[in-house]
Amino acid sequence: MSDRIRMTIDGREIAVEPGTTVAAALMMNGVHSFRESPNGDERGPLCGMGICFECRMTVNGASGVRTCNLLCADGMEVSTQ
Amino acid sequence: MTSSRSDILVVGAGPAGLAAAVTAAETGCQVTLVDDNPHVGGQVWRAERETLPPRAAQWYARARQAKVHMVGGATVVYAPSPHELFAHSVDGAKKFQCEKLILATGAHERFLPFPGWTLPGVVGVGGLQALVKGGLPVVGKRVALVGTGPLLLAVGAFLMQRGAHVLCIAEQARRTRVLAFGASLAWHPRKLREAVKLKRATRPIPRQYSTWPLAIRARSQSLEIDLTRKPESAAAVTKTLECDLIGCGFGVVPDTVLARALGCDLNGEAVRVNDHQQTSIANVYCAGESNGIGGADLALVEGEVAALRACGQTIGRDLQKRLDRGRSFAQGLNDTYQLRDELRHLGQEDTIVCRCEDVPLEHLHPYGSFRDAKLKTRCGMGACQGRVCGGALAFLRGWAPDSVRPPYAPIPMEDFARMCADATT
Amino acid sequence: MDSRRAIVVGAGIVGAACARELARAGYSVTVLDSRPPGCGTTAAGMGHVVIMDDSPAQFALTKLSRELWDQLDLPDYGERETRGTLWVAADSEEMDAVRSKHRAYSDQGVDAEILDEHQLAEAEPNLRPGLAGALRVAGDSVVYPPTVVEWLLNDANCDVQQVDVTEIDDNIVTANDGTTLTADVVVNAAGNYALGLLTEPLDIHVIPRKGHLVISERSAGFCNHQLIELGYLKTAHGNHGETNSESVAFNLQPRATGQMLLGSSRQFGKVDSVVDPGVLAKMVNRAMEYMPGIAKLQAVRTWTGFRGATRDNLPIIGPHPTQPHLYIACGHEGLGITTALGTARLIKQFVLKEEPDIDPAPYASARS
Ligand SMILES: Cc1cc2nc3c(=O)[nH]c(=O)nc-3n(C[C@H](O)[C@H](O)[C@H](O)COP(=O)(O)OP(=O)(O)OC[C@H]3O[C@@H](n4cnc5c(N)ncnc54)[C@H](O)[C@@H]3O)c2cc1C
Ligand SMILES: Cc1cc2nc3c(=O)[nH]c(=O)nc-3n(C[C@H](O)[C@H](O)[C@H](O)COP(=O)(O)OP(=O)(O)OC[C@H]3O[C@@H](n4cnc5c(N)ncnc54)[C@H](O)[C@@H]3O)c2cc1C
Ligand code: FES
Repeated sequence: MSDRIRMTIDGREIAVEPGTTVAAALMMNGVHSFRESPNGDERGPLCGMGICFECRMTVNGASGVRTCNLLCADGMEVSTQ
Repeated sequence: MTSSRSDILVVGAGPAGLAAAVTAAETGCQVTLVDDNPHVGGQVWRAERETLPPRAAQWYARARQAKVHMVGGATVVYAPSPHELFAHSVDGAKKFQCEKLILATGAHERFLPFPGWTLPGVVGVGGLQALVKGGLPVVGKRVALVGTGPLLLAVGAFLMQRGAHVLCIAEQARRTRVLAFGASLAWHPRKLREAVKLKRATRPIPRQYSTWPLAIRARSQSLEIDLTRKPESAAAVTKTLECDLIGCGFGVVPDTVLARALGCDLNGEAVRVNDHQQTSIANVYCAGESNGIGGADLALVEGEVAALRACGQTIGRDLQKRLDRGRSFAQGLNDTYQLRDELRHLGQEDTIVCRCEDVPLEHLHPYGSFRDAKLKTRCGMGACQGRVCGGALAFLRGWAPDSVRPPYAPIPMEDFARMCADATT
Repeated sequence: MDSRRAIVVGAGIVGAACARELARAGYSVTVLDSRPPGCGTTAAGMGHVVIMDDSPAQFALTKLSRELWDQLDLPDYGERETRGTLWVAADSEEMDAVRSKHRAYSDQGVDAEILDEHQLAEAEPNLRPGLAGALRVAGDSVVYPPTVVEWLLNDANCDVQQVDVTEIDDNIVTANDGTTLTADVVVNAAGNYALGLLTEPLDIHVIPRKGHLVISERSAGFCNHQLIELGYLKTAHGNHGETNSESVAFNLQPRATGQMLLGSSRQFGKVDSVVDPGVLAKMVNRAMEYMPGIAKLQAVRTWTGFRGATRDNLPIIGPHPTQPHLYIACGHEGLGITTALGTARLIKQFVLKEEPDIDPAPYASARS
């Protein structure tokens, strides 16, 4: 479909429907651990609504961006480090 | 930095904020409505992909018609005064100036710590719905929903419709209580209709009352949850389910961060307001769940009341009646789904309570207040600044949250410095 | 034989350190504070354990204190890390100051080393290019003050009570419920409130001096030493008590958690703890001039604290001039975390009438 949004996760190209949040896009593409806690445990999105800060990623070079309330956009580069 | 000035600034675009913004704008005020979500609607009326639910769409249309200036995707992170607020978004800092401020910041889920609750794939009940509305497919996924409140049913029905296999809804409240509340809905016909509809929609989902989670474990490709049912008389029954996703939420907590930052008094966990939705701070009003949990209909009425008062108008008798009715419904709701004492003991000594900083429950034993515990254990010191553990510790320990300091959400130093330099206070 | 009794008023780092010294000297110690331990100025301080040479007396006290920190067997939760300080010189004039500072430290037997422009860039790659150099004081360290207080009090095994003290009259301590407590020795370490509790006032005054700090998200490796611009000393000096005088200096601290703690500002004439946006903007902008990468660090929280300052910038340590059982330990300005240990040592030596480790005259309560 032509109106799909094209973006990258760690350089890998993906395409999603318009209106998809970055957190959902990441989970659909096999990313479940979004963050490593201070003890080294894996964590994923919890609240889905911008409260818990567990879903933060580097987006277009800016670190610490909450992905659960950010919509995917053409050309967006997400880095999970 | 972009900057805008209005008569009234509304923070939060859920039902309360939408109603407030529309009402104020329709009386002729200049209104700005800001929300950290990309779309209006808040938590209950969250857009699915690009589409708003019908009621939200109606309010949105009215807001556009009334020329409400709507700003999405911007989080208010600093309010040096009630007349000057700064928000942060992916495209940098924004400044808002206003005469009057209406806080409609809503509520978020209460999470209680128990073994395994920090595993990826364990999300809030509303959180799961939000992710699915954001495009996460759940067709064929096995889901367990645990916790309390009407949200469990609403999300159960929603997930089923989206093709999920909802294995169970585990409600901590007693069945008798929930049934009694259902019967009381005769006084609230609209609520009754909704409840009947939900009940029908969720019929295929096994529902258990007096049931709560004991532990979640990660398996190679799935999660495993132990649930216990504790009928008042017989011994506990435990069962284990294998699932792909688990939604858990123990009710909701008013979001009072901005209100507290501005110095508004609280009433328990909620912002204290008078009969006219006015807070203890001049020119600051509060509407919706940030001043108490009561659902979307009450939030709408409160938004309307707050806006009318902020615009210097009187409240009609009809509106007052709707407000009173809404409050009586809210009371019943809160009583029914009150958390049971047994839930205070879900966590083990080594269960993490502060996810940001990995603080286990056992570290908190010596302390008597949030602030003391925070300073000594780092509990609540991380990125969420106690938003998540605060809800748990209010229930587990009766602790009031620690003070709020800017920035209210982590932002780059340069943006913070820019906001500070631009503040006129 | 019953042990002698001591009361320490104030469970900040100074009070906790005094309690421990007295307990180790055989006293049975009761510590009184109106709130949980370590929740006053101690909870706001950066926790830099640093030797400073603003005056010979300051040098002596900070040096003694740093030695005592090295002897302390702190557990991990004290978050102590000895990463050293870099006093950063921006230009050749400041480089001259680095050289004289180096001489002063070396003369007193404190290890210090001059870094040129290239060595500085190598030691701290995130500093902006073109800085002249720095003085590295390798033995300085960083601690987390609130848990250090907790450990000091535990180690002293003393009795800690939540009591709001209204008055101290020699060895009689009165609480807000009217009850009194007495002991053989009373130490008044009530921080910024200490002098207000005395029945016999002193000639010397302690004035609160407001400071701001911002802490970042974890960003381990962003910097390796505590970095302070050389001009800091000038700002720390300030104009005593002058209303609305304010100054900022670049001061960045890497914490054991990997977070960056950014200071610092100084304001007289401010008594509320509200974050002052103008000062904060200046402080962060100043820091970004030295270290541009700070711009992208995520700010998590800001807070303020009040340093108790005397006119000569030296603390008050020693017996009350007219009340023989009462000892005073306050007015530590921006160095009380460091100097708490030296202060406590001197207090113990006064109480036990021992030979003091350093000359205590400059800190006497009978000055103005
Ligand atoms: C080295 C260090 C690192 C830190 N790192 C972090 C971090 O990573 N994240 C973070 O969030 N914080 C961090 N903190 C900060 C800490 O959590 C506090 O925010 C800080 O100590 C200052 O508090 P405040 O100014 O925000 O408190 P204030 O907002 O001033 O609140 C003071 C509190 O004390 C109470 N209080 C005041 N006076 C009295 C009294 N007389 N009796 C009883 N109660 C009283 C008030 O009611 C209020 O609750 C750190 C602190 C230090 C020292
Ligand atoms: C922004 C800032 C940064 C700093 N950075 C550093 C640093 O890097 N290195 C360094 O060495 N120092 C630093 N300091 C200085 C240091 O924090 C203080 O000098 C030190 O904490 C003072 O300790 P204290 O025990 O005297 O005071 P406090 O910690 O304030 O303790 C006094 C105690 O007395 C109690 N009290 C007061 N009145 C009463 C009463 N009536 N009854 C009962 N109890 C009472 C209080 O509750 C409090 O707990 C900094 C200070 C600030 C503000
Ligand atoms: S999932 Fe909680 S902030 Fe995004």
